Parts: sequence; C-alpha cells; structure tokens
Amino acid sequence: MNSKGVLRDNVLLGLGLVLMIAALYLIFVYVPTEREMGVVQRIFYFHVPLAWVSLLAFLLVFICSILYLWKRAMKWDILAHASAEVGVVFITLVLITGTIWAKSIWGVWWTWDARLTATLVLWLTYLAYLLVRNYATDRAQGARFAAVLGIIGFIDVPFVALAVNLWRTQHPPALIFEGGITSPMLLAMLVSMAAFTVLYILMVIQSASMKNLETEIKSLKDT
Amino acid sequence: MENMSFLFAAYTIIWVVVFGYVFYIYRKQRKLQKEIDLLKKTVDKLEIS
Repeated sequence: MNSKGVLRDNVLLGLGLVLMIAALYLIFVYVPTEREMGVVQRIFYFHVPLAWVSLLAFLLVFICSILYLWKRAMKWDILAHASAEVGVVFITLVLITGTIWAKSIWGVWWTWDARLTATLVLWLTYLAYLLVRNYATDRAQGARFAAVLGIIGFIDVPFVALAVNLWRTQHPPALIFEGGITSPMLLAMLVSMAAFTVLYILMVIQSASMKNLETEIKSLKDT
Repeated sequence: MENMSFLFAAYTIIWVVVFGYVFYIYRKQRKLQKEIDLLKKTVDKLEIS
C-alpha cells in the first residue's frame, strides 16, 4: 500500500475510534434510560446503525455488481465482494441483537414479523452471494453469478426499509424520522451511525485490498 | 436486572463478532504476506539460476 493509502487508513481509524468512544459515552452515560423498555432500549443505539450500514453495504454491492456486468472490470467485483462480506457480518449482528431485544421485550426470540422475515431473507441472499463465489469452478463465472445475485438480492432492501410502513408489524417504527425520540437519544444514534459508517468504510477498504492482493498472487502463480 | 444481562449479551456479541472479523482480516493479511515472501524468494532463485 502506498503512503497515501496508509495515511487515509490511519485517519479513518483515528476518526472511527474517536466516534466509537463518543458513541459509547453517549449511550451509557449521557442518554437517560428509556421509561417503558428500560436499559435494554440501549441495544437500539447499535442495532439501528448496524442495520443502516448493512443496507448501505448492499447498496454498494448492487451498484458495483451492475458496473461489473457492464464494464467487466475486476475492481468492481472485488469491491462488491468486500462490501457483501462486511454487510453480512453487520446484518448477522442486526439479527442477533434484534432477537436479544425481542426476547426481553416481547418474550420471544423470534416472530415471523414482516421486517424480521425480510431481514432474514436479505441475510440468506447475501450469504448465498458469498457461497456462490466459493463453489464456482471458474473465477469469472463465480463473479458473474454473484453479480446477478447482488442485483436481484437488492430487491429485498426496500422491503426491509419500508416493512414497518407497508404492513402492520410488531417491529417498532423508525422513530428518528417521526420525531419520536428525544434530542440526547437522537445525538447518540447519529454519533453511533457515524462511527459504524467509518468502521464499515475501513473494513471494506481492508477487505478489498486483501482480495486485490489475493487475485494478483493467484495470477502470478498461474503465470 | 435480567434486562441488564440482555444488554450485556448484545454488546458483548457485537464486539466479539467485530473483533473476530478484524482478526480474520489480520490473519489473512499475514498469510498473503508469507505468500508474497515465498514468491519473491522463488523469483530471486530463478534470476540467479
């Protein structure tokens, strides 16, 4: 990696650390405990940003998949692959933290609610996206299949985002957009979102540069 | 108090998974570095011979 890349990564790492420490301070010290749900409501301050970053990750997969099928340049496939990998990590955490919150508030770990089901479908789709690449015998074929899956899979994203408005669901609505949360809560949520966005960018950069290196080594070995 | 354990579990799992992924990238990076070193040695040997 060149010196510009190292500097960029260090700046992102520093920014991410500062934002994450600020987010943790706001979540556990600054924000008052919510009256109805109690302390368990604090799960939301990581659950919502994780969901936001997951959807952002799959948006990038969608865009890069289109660009790969159009231009056939390997860089788009590598970026899509890296974003999907990080997205799957984050959406897994969304599902886990969601079930923990559901158990404490609803008394059940899981219910076939529209938002939950759509999120589970999204998780399975992008898990398949990652598996397709591993099982494909040819690198280019795997990239093509994955790109198609990356585009089709994105159809589920609007359903995940709008499920609470389209159907009667048990899942709480997006209170941020409806003015249903207090200023300290909103501040904690926004700082946490910023921290996870920086973390996502950093992870994608690292993962993509790793995959790039892997591809180069493989082509060197082949020659 | 039971709710506290749910909160603790959620945040613990998040950090374990995030650090787990970072560790996975780090290990992969080390593996790739070893492969690069091996390739360099092979190229050097070929140049000498």
